[in-house]
Parts: sequence; structure tokens; C-alpha cells
Amino acid sequence: MNRKNQKSELIASLVSTIWFVILLFPFLVMKVNVTGGKAVVIFRWSYLPVIAISIFVLSFLWRRALEWNQHRGDKTPVRTPLSGIRDFIITALRRKPIKLGVMALLLLIVLAYPYVLGMYHTNIMITALIYVMLALGLNIVVGLGGLLNLGYAAFFAVGAYTYGLLWKYAGPAFISAGIDTGWLFWIALPSAGVIAVIFGILLSLPVLRLRGDYLAIITLAFGEMFRMVLQNSGPVTGGATGISLIPRPWLFGIRLPPRQAATYIYYIAIILVIFTIFVVRRIEDSRVGRALEAMREDEVACEAMGVDLVRNKMATFALGAFWAGIAGVLLAAQTTYINPDSFTLWESIMVLMAIVIGGTGSIPGAIGGALILKLLPEYFRPLAQYRMLIYGIAMIIIIIFKPDGLIPRNRKRYTFVEKSASDSVPGVQK
Amino acid sequence: MSEIVAPILDIQNLSMVFGGLRAIDHVSLHIKSGEICALIGPNGAGKTTIFNCVTGVYKPTEGSIAIQHGEHPKEEIQGLKPNTINLKGLARTFQNIRLFSNMSVLENVMIGRHNSLKASIFNAILRDRATKEEEQRVIDESHDILKKMKLEMFINETARNLPYGAQRRLEIARALATDPFLLLLDEPVAGMNPNETKELEETINIIRDKEKVTILLIEHDMSLVMNVSERIYVLDYGRLIAEGTPMEIKANPEVIKAYLGE
Repeated sequence: MNRKNQKSELIASLVSTIWFVILLFPFLVMKVNVTGGKAVVIFRWSYLPVIAISIFVLSFLWRRALEWNQHRGDKTPVRTPLSGIRDFIITALRRKPIKLGVMALLLLIVLAYPYVLGMYHTNIMITALIYVMLALGLNIVVGLGGLLNLGYAAFFAVGAYTYGLLWKYAGPAFISAGIDTGWLFWIALPSAGVIAVIFGILLSLPVLRLRGDYLAIITLAFGEMFRMVLQNSGPVTGGATGISLIPRPWLFGIRLPPRQAATYIYYIAIILVIFTIFVVRRIEDSRVGRALEAMREDEVACEAMGVDLVRNKMATFALGAFWAGIAGVLLAAQTTYINPDSFTLWESIMVLMAIVIGGTGSIPGAIGGALILKLLPEYFRPLAQYRMLIYGIAMIIIIIFKPDGLIPRNRKRYTFVEKSASDSVPGVQK
Repeated sequence: MSEIVAPILDIQNLSMVFGGLRAIDHVSLHIKSGEICALIGPNGAGKTTIFNCVTGVYKPTEGSIAIQHGEHPKEEIQGLKPNTINLKGLARTFQNIRLFSNMSVLENVMIGRHNSLKASIFNAILRDRATKEEEQRVIDESHDILKKMKLEMFINETARNLPYGAQRRLEIARALATDPFLLLLDEPVAGMNPNETKELEETINIIRDKEKVTILLIEHDMSLVMNVSERIYVLDYGRLIAEGTPMEIKANPEVIKAYLGE
């Protein structure tokens, strides 16, 4: 950076400092003290230089960071010790025995988790795993299909209420017939998936012609409407009080104490997450997944290439809804209590944020994003009141510096490049 | 008409009205099997609108569009959905390139072969043997198409990173992948340099001669139009003003008037 440039940078930082000082003055410097029925304004002048200096430094650093970001791609990557370590790890991971070893280690950690860390951490992890499933499901809709769905929590609610209502209405019959109510969970799990799929298709019908902002608004409205319906149909759904005492899944008829029940649900969640990853990966790398991506890229061209958009959109919503339904059953089983407040717009936005932070369309990204968004707030409880602020800053930083997310999608490379190279040698060609 | 062979595309009295604007005004034209036919005219004459009507993007206000291919009986396609029309064997490219820009070149072509595959969601999840074989088949077929279009070196490249000329060729490759009998090219050489134009001219001829695909193209590049096309339709203000061989069109006073004014 040359001298002149640096000067203009400093001036720009100074301007933003003045602006911020004016903005923050009423909040941080002025304070109204009400004593004895009289309001007195106290000016805390000592705050002023602190604000000014910190804003100036931050603004200057921010400008430098932006500039660095702009020119990041210009020069060839420099070999630093850090990049050396990263490359070493990446090449090591490519080798099969090491890859298997890492997988085994990961599996061991995952399996031992509840025994090492106890019930509190297990419960947090279950919640995070539920979010991982939600993120993977929404990733199909938003990441692959490119359909911005802000009513995703509704499908989550469909799943949870499937289990809740099944318990409320079929539970007594089960008990009087002497059948273990633990079975209800296993009945609810697949049926929640199916019912969520039906809801997904129903939602997809009115929104077939919409895209972009319009789609987002309509799905948002759907999500809120669904919650309101749940809240206001008290006789059926329990209204705002919701449904309580939902049974935890029992292990082959053995009633588990809460601690073991949490461990049991944790394992179920792990299995479901692995199943989700498996299925989503296969869908992504198939004819169906490709068509979804093509739809995201260009609807007109996609239709002109013979892809049926109607069926495609229905499939997208149905696939996304399925995982939300399953995750909803898990939530009901874990908390044993559900009410409409668990399925607000905020939930949909959290899941969407997990995808954007992790990397839209990327499976590891969705997992990572969901874990970060759910685990970090739990372990940084003292900062809870600044949560929104931190989310906001994190989003801005990621969108500017890593627009593809923390773990961007790695496109499949078709290995037959080598084969084709030998093919094109004269005489070898078939 | 005196032809024995029925036209593969027969447009009768086609009109398209947008609000008060008559973008196409009672246009009738036909394409015979195996020919390269061009649709020319000044900007805003309604050429792309005709393409959009034929490929189902617009539902024409009036008139009929019929196709007849091989042994299939003649059928009217106006008002059908774009994907249905594509299934019937009409493929197109776009004036402003519309690739799936974040997908790889091979995947772009594989989308074109979407309908030659059958795998459902359940097949995709189970990944049974038939599905795997089908997937391998589509990869090989797409690879072959890319080779024909001289794009094989870009296979794993993201489509939007391709040079401009290659993007245009990829659009044609993708359209060819849908196994069409009639290919509609909307300004295939727009923005290309003379060398690239020459190359594409050869490609168009190869597509017609080797792949047996009939071609209807919209183009402003007169050298290409005069070189490749056997018949030319001229459109002006939504009306057909001339039809004939390149020589006839060149000499037609109406056409000269439309292009140069009085």
C-alpha cells in the first residue's frame, strides 16, 4: 500500500469514527438517572475517547482486511508453514489407511461421547444433531434446488406433532391394551417422514410458479400460518400449552432412567444423521440431484432441456420436508414436551443460517454450520445477551471473506479424464 | 404445396400479442427434414419470439405449430410445456447464454440427457446395478458429445469459467444431448470472432450431415447465414417479408429496405 493510499485510508477511518461517535453518543455517553422523581442526564465523557479510539482502530483494520480480501486471488498462494501443514493433512487424508483410521477414530469419539461427557453434554449434542438433520434437509431445498424456503420449521413441527398427537390419541389405547408405549416412537418416526412429505408436496403446489423473494415470502407465511393453526386449535393440539409427557423411546421394553434415555436417543440421532448423510449424498450425485441443481442454476434452460420443473420442485420440497419430519420426532422424544413456540420463524432462519455459514449446497458445510450454530451458544452462555450481535457480525464476515461458506462444496470430478486422454491416442479409440 | 415430404415443422398463421404489441403477425413457415434454415431480420423483428412460441416458453395467441418426425403422425405442439416439447425432439439454445454456470461442463451435458435416464429418487438412494450402469452410460455418452463439439478438454471445468466461444458450443452440445430432430439455434455466433465463426459454421454442417439433425437458426452474422443456410426467412415487425435461397434474399428489395431503410 502506498503512502497516499494510506492517507486516504486514515481519513476514511476518521470519518467513520466521527459518524459512529455521533451514533453511539446517546447510548454510551449519555445516561439518564432517575432519582427522586427527577430525571438527570449524566454525561460520561470518559467513555468518549475509548469509543473513538476503538472505532478508529477497528475501522482501519476492517479496511485493511477488505483490501486484503480483494487482492487475495491476485498472487499465487504463498507457501506458509500453515498452508504446508494443511496440504500435508489433505494429502495424508487421501490415503486409504489413514482415511480409515481417521474415520475409526471419529466413530470412537462419537460412540464414547455420552459416557465421557455425561448427560448434560449429551443432551446438547442431541439438539445439535437434530439441527444437523434439519440443515441437511434444508440443504436439499436451498443448496441444491435453489428454492428459498423460510417456512421450514413448519415441517419440523409436522414431525414433532405427529409424534405428539400419536401419543395423545393412541397412547391411552396402547396403555390399556398393555402394549409398550415405547413402540409409539418407532411408529411415529416413519409416519412423520411420510406426513411431512405430504405437507411438503401440498406446499409445493401453490408455489410452483414462484421463485426468489416471492417464494421466500410465501413459505414464510406458510410457516407462520402453520404455527398459528397449531396454537389456535387447542382441543386437538393442546394449543399454546402443547403436548407434554411424550414418552421417550424405550429400549426393547426396558424403561430407561433419564440419563440412559438421553444416551439412547443420542445413538438413535447419530444413526439417523449417518443415514441422512448417506441418502443426501447419493441423491446429490444422481440424476435427480443434477436436475435439482440445474433448476437452481437456470429454470428456463432447465425446462428447455426436458426437465419437468413441476415434478422437480415437488421432489425438492418433499425431500426437504422428510428430514425435518424425522428431526421433529427426535425433538419431541428428547424434550418430551412440544408446543408451537418451538417452531417459530427463528428456527427456520437458524437452519438457513447454518447452511449459509457452512457453505450452500455442501454436505460437510451443512453439518459444520449446524454444529457451530448450536454448540457455540451453549458453551458461551455468558455471552448469551450478545448472541444476535455475534450472529450478525459472523454472517457479515463470512459473506464478505468466505462467500462460499466455511466448507464449500467440492464438485465431483469425473475421473475418466485420464481414460479419455488415452482414448484420444490414435488407434486406441474405439 | 407440391412437396411430397411433409415439413417436420409447420407453423401456420402464428401470432403472438403482448398487450398492445403484435410481436408476431400471422407468420407461416415450414422446415423440411435435413435442411439448414435461417430466420433473419432486424432487431426486434420477432425472431426470438417465434423460437419461444415453438419451444413452449410462450403460448401463442393464435395459429398452430405442428411437428412431424419420421413415422410419428403430425401433431400440434402449440401451448405445450417446454419440457414436453423438448421430449418430442425440439431442442434450442439461447441468445443470451443460459448455461448451468456453477455446474461442470460434463454435468451440463448430462442434464441434456436427463430424459434418456429413468432413475428415480429411490434408485438414486439404493444405487442398484441398473442405475450405476445407466449413470456410467450417460457419462460416456455426454463425453462423446463433448468430443464432437471439441470441448473434451473442459470436462471438469465449471461452465462459467469457459471462454465465450466454448460456452456457446457447450450450449449446442447440451441441446444435442437431448436427442433432437430439430435444433433451434438462437444467434449461435453472436460475439464470436471470425475464426470462431468459421469453426462453428463447420460444426453446424457436421451436426446436420452426421447427426442428421435439422437446423433452424437465428443469426445476424450474414456471412454465416449466407454460407450455411439453404433457405432463409426474413422477418420484419413481426411479419414475414421474404422467403428464399440466400441468392434470392440478397437480391430482394423488400429485405434491403427492411435492413437499410428507404
